[in-house]
Amino acid sequence: MRPAMQFVDIASKFQALITVSKAETSVDGKSIMQMSMLAATYGTRLKIKAEGVDAAEAVEALRELVEVKKFNEPTPEEKSKQMS
Amino acid sequence: MEIKKGIAVSPGISIGKCFVIDAEDYRIPRRLIEPSQRLTETQRVRNAFKDGIEELTRLQAEQEEIEGQKIKDIFAVHLSYLRDRTLRKKITDMVNTELVTAEFAVSSTLRDIASHFTKVKDIYISERAADIYDIEHRLLGHLVGGKRQDIAALKEEAIIVARELSPTQTASFNKEYIKGIATGAGGRTSHTAIVARSLGIPAVVALEDITEYVTAGDTVIIDGNRGIVIVNPDDSTIEQYLEYAVEYTELEHRLDTIREKPAETRDKVRVILLGNIEFPDEAQGVLQKGGEGIGLYRTEFLYLNRNTEPTEQEHYEAYSRTVAVFKSMPVILRTVDLGADKYTQSRRYIREPNPFLGLRSIRFCLQNLTMFKTQLHAIMRASVLGDLRIMFPLITNLQELMQAKMILGDVMEDLDEEGVPHNRNIKVGIMVETPSAALTASMLARDADFFSIGTNDLTQYTLAVDRGNELVSTLYSSVDPAVLRLIRTVIQDAHKAQVDVSVCGEMASEPESVMLLLGLGVRKLSMAAPMIPEIKQIIRSVTIEECNKVARKVLGMNSERQISSFLRDAARKILPEAF
Repeated sequence: MRPAMQFVDIASKFQALITVSKAETSVDGKSIMQMSMLAATYGTRLKIKAEGVDAAEAVEALRELVEVKKFNEPTPEEKSKQMS
Repeated sequence: MEIKKGIAVSPGISIGKCFVIDAEDYRIPRRLIEPSQRLTETQRVRNAFKDGIEELTRLQAEQEEIEGQKIKDIFAVHLSYLRDRTLRKKITDMVNTELVTAEFAVSSTLRDIASHFTKVKDIYISERAADIYDIEHRLLGHLVGGKRQDIAALKEEAIIVARELSPTQTASFNKEYIKGIATGAGGRTSHTAIVARSLGIPAVVALEDITEYVTAGDTVIIDGNRGIVIVNPDDSTIEQYLEYAVEYTELEHRLDTIREKPAETRDKVRVILLGNIEFPDEAQGVLQKGGEGIGLYRTEFLYLNRNTEPTEQEHYEAYSRTVAVFKSMPVILRTVDLGADKYTQSRRYIREPNPFLGLRSIRFCLQNLTMFKTQLHAIMRASVLGDLRIMFPLITNLQELMQAKMILGDVMEDLDEEGVPHNRNIKVGIMVETPSAALTASMLARDADFFSIGTNDLTQYTLAVDRGNELVSTLYSSVDPAVLRLIRTVIQDAHKAQVDVSVCGEMASEPESVMLLLGLGVRKLSMAAPMIPEIKQIIRSVTIEECNKVARKVLGMNSERQISSFLRDAARKILPEAF
């Protein structure tokens, strides 16, 4: 649940309305309940949409968390490499 | 109309509106509210979230140095859920649209989320369900906790319906307004039962799923004589019960008239009846019912309904108030019996896997000497005001008794140095409530001035049956042949060593056990004040010869069922109104 929490923590810093979609389902990016119920496991394709004054900054910060920092966690591939 | 059958634990009839308390660790039933209650219920939800956030923030800060990142992370996730407005809104929306209680909305919303997680194939996510249950538990704890405070502030008469009441809850009871108690859990000797009896409040326990059948404000009849609870009775049932209540009150009054007469058998054998109390303000009630002193003065209440430990002066004031009521009559004070189901301020959150076999009672005192000495100091100061005696609970071996007496000796030395007067020759006895103490009674007798048989714990430990667990309540019986053999041993050894022996467990106040106890040689019984007249009536109707015969017969029987039905028949012949 840590990744969902990190996502929500960052999203909540912005005023913009943030929506996260996985396939047909869209949820509020500032709600940990909704985000974790999205059950977005490693490799899931997500769409992040932001509307409001700081929308651009919000999307950039969230993109960085997901694509660059990768939630500061090892990916499953890295994990299995560490194990072997 | 719904009729539920349980175990009658405190006699009397009461009819009234009920006040329901759900338990955070038990399934929350779907309970409806009136549209006018929407605002209060949604406010309760918001308060529970607020209190949960405060609690978690505090716990997180405390965790800082000791544990590590892992636990802090868990708290952080929980906090983030509690701060999630969409979650809170989902719950308050449910209260508003479905008209259900805050407890039910919280429980069902979070359980939905949890079950959503368990369905996810990914193990990492499905395991998160445990977090959600934790959050549910925390929120319910605050909701139910708030309800508990509400009992203390009750402003109108009510009947309490709950899963189970804790000693902390009953200690904060406003006795004036509580007219009856019905609980799903519990047995004859559970805490709720004991408190209800000593306060004279009709009560029925072991009603299993009773909380699922009631909604706050429902009319409920408690029949504490027959162990029946009726939810939403029809008019003719109410009428019938009102009549029955009048009859019962008349019987009580008739019994009260024997107050001035001695507790003496027909063949002039004198029996002494004493009261069991917990609060100083119950003392007067014991005298009113004809009690000749206190056989068991429980002192835990000083620790239970407050947030700080009591001072020596507070102990002293409570004890001296009680002793003053009895003047030269004996008052047997039991030193604190904390642990198991009763906790002190500092230990309230430390859980033991087997609390009844753990650090409780005298064991707890011997490991917390400052606390123990504070109490002994106050007892000794009050010892000059009357006939105060000390009783140590849950002694399991001679060493514990010697150790406790040594500490008492230290306290007396301190008092000498301080120049504070005290009774150096104070009588010191023990509760015999473990099989080990019963089996070694002859050894313990050399260092004890008296024995008091605590049949509740003795039965629980002998038969290995949890006395508060309704699932095994049928196995719990003080007249089981095994328990009776231990009781007989204690009485015989006490007589041989010429040590005073009394019975202070619930058995002493059970009309059907009185003849048996007299037949076994007991001449001192201690019980909840409201039971004294009835027990006295039985004693005055029998001869010791008859009692001896009953005891001989019973000791020859080999099944609990046979014994209890024999005793019930014998008692029914003597006092038919009570059965």
